[in-house]
Amino acid sequence: MKLRRPSLPYIAWMVVFTLIPILLIGFYAFTDSNGAFSLEAFGKAFGYMNVFANSLWIAFISTLICLVLAYPLGYIISRQKQSTQNILTMLIMIPMWMNFLLRIYAWVTLLQNNGPIDTMLSFIGIHTNLLGNRGAVILGMVYEYLPFMILPLYTVMSKIDNRLVEAAQDLGANKSEVMGKVIFPLSVPGIISGVTMVFVPSASTFLVSQYLGGTNDIMIGDVIDKIFWSDHNTGSAIALVLMVSIFAFLIILNFFGDEEAIS
Amino acid sequence: MKKSYKFYTGLILFFMYMPILVLILFSFNDGKTTVWKGFTLDWYVDLFKDQMIMNALWNTLLVAVVASCVATVLGTAAAIGINNFKGKKRVLIQNVSNISILTPDIVTGVSLMLMFTIAGITFHFQMGFWTVLLAHISFCTPYVVLSVLPRLRRMDYSVYEAALDLGCNQWQAFYKVVIHELMPGIFTGFLMSFTYSLDDFVITYFTRGSSFQTLSVQIYTMTHQRISPKINALSALMFVAIVIIMVIINIKDRKNEKKFV
Repeated sequence: MKLRRPSLPYIAWMVVFTLIPILLIGFYAFTDSNGAFSLEAFGKAFGYMNVFANSLWIAFISTLICLVLAYPLGYIISRQKQSTQNILTMLIMIPMWMNFLLRIYAWVTLLQNNGPIDTMLSFIGIHTNLLGNRGAVILGMVYEYLPFMILPLYTVMSKIDNRLVEAAQDLGANKSEVMGKVIFPLSVPGIISGVTMVFVPSASTFLVSQYLGGTNDIMIGDVIDKIFWSDHNTGSAIALVLMVSIFAFLIILNFFGDEEAIS
Repeated sequence: MKKSYKFYTGLILFFMYMPILVLILFSFNDGKTTVWKGFTLDWYVDLFKDQMIMNALWNTLLVAVVASCVATVLGTAAAIGINNFKGKKRVLIQNVSNISILTPDIVTGVSLMLMFTIAGITFHFQMGFWTVLLAHISFCTPYVVLSVLPRLRRMDYSVYEAALDLGCNQWQAFYKVVIHELMPGIFTGFLMSFTYSLDDFVITYFTRGSSFQTLSVQIYTMTHQRISPKINALSALMFVAIVIIMVIINIKDRKNEKKFV
């Protein structure tokens, strides 16, 4: 039973379908269209600096909103009896399983001109374009990724030993002290994995801004999509920068918590 | 539950469900806009008559079933092997495995497209069903490894030895003890693979070549064109399917819990 051999097919698989493709991205990023070494692609990629900054900013704000919305809910769910917890987590997971394009499309339907929300607002005399702005993009992101923040927070908080809370109360801590000194520190691993699971996909997503945003809200994922088909080199350079910055972000994030959080 | 708790939970659930319910409502609307014109089931009839969508649905299920089965076998075997590695080698293998989980989908997608394009020129093939299947197996397998490994770590090796002592041969002991013990992890991994595969758009989009359609790619094409209430009907059906599956899994879980208590 102390065999290592069963893992060989997977190791071979990972080399072929994970490592080689990533090395290819690296190769294309550092060469020109003739295959000679060149930094030209990075030069072109640099032209999308503002899009890149935009994407990180949108992802940051979306992650923050998700965290603020999800934290109380994670706490509330974790304080219920087991059967209620099961039903609530199921309710949180169901929308997650809906196709991601359909969920975005639902918001296009809701927010479009003469759509339900627009009609309601016009009763009280408000008329604006609800689609095609940064607010709509952030709304879409929060909607897509909120469950990915709620679930890890809930999981971590449901494991907090209630006796710790009781001990704190016995020793004279009031509600906010219990929250700040017991619950919050113990929920940090949940925050870290929630932030990871929301920030990574929202920084690199494409299509959300194509559906909900205006021309200024284009994100780096959309740029990769647009460029890659015609210019492998520049596309690779942007993809490489995106990947490296996300890994750097994850490493920094994990300085704040234990290593287990992302694995 | 406290009143304020109930209110907050209700508010978030409203936010999560309202868009889906609105789509479902409009799937019954006798008109193409979001103005209510009366009840109809025409969009559902249209949906089932649409050969492209039915074909895409079949492709999606085929890829999801095959990919998640292969990923489950590959991943379970890998987890058993990885568990027997020690020290630096183990950390290295696990890190590479995690890289493919943490790499943004779009980077995975374009990197695979790059490789398949080059391989396609060298070996004369075109991207399509097979490249999508290979891509799906690749992104599903790490999730299986991730859900099986913790079970292995908790497994008591002496039970396996006991089975051998009691007359099992190696395969019987492996099947009756190890696989039995790992089953919940294997099942979770399978389920995760299946749902990720069903739901994937980005990686499929980059590895599908020019003609292979899955449901999410089909939805992309449809939503990019004129808005068609057929999509609403499709959403409604998918939503109902998901709810049914979730309820079944939940009931099954609860029965299992009772068995062990």
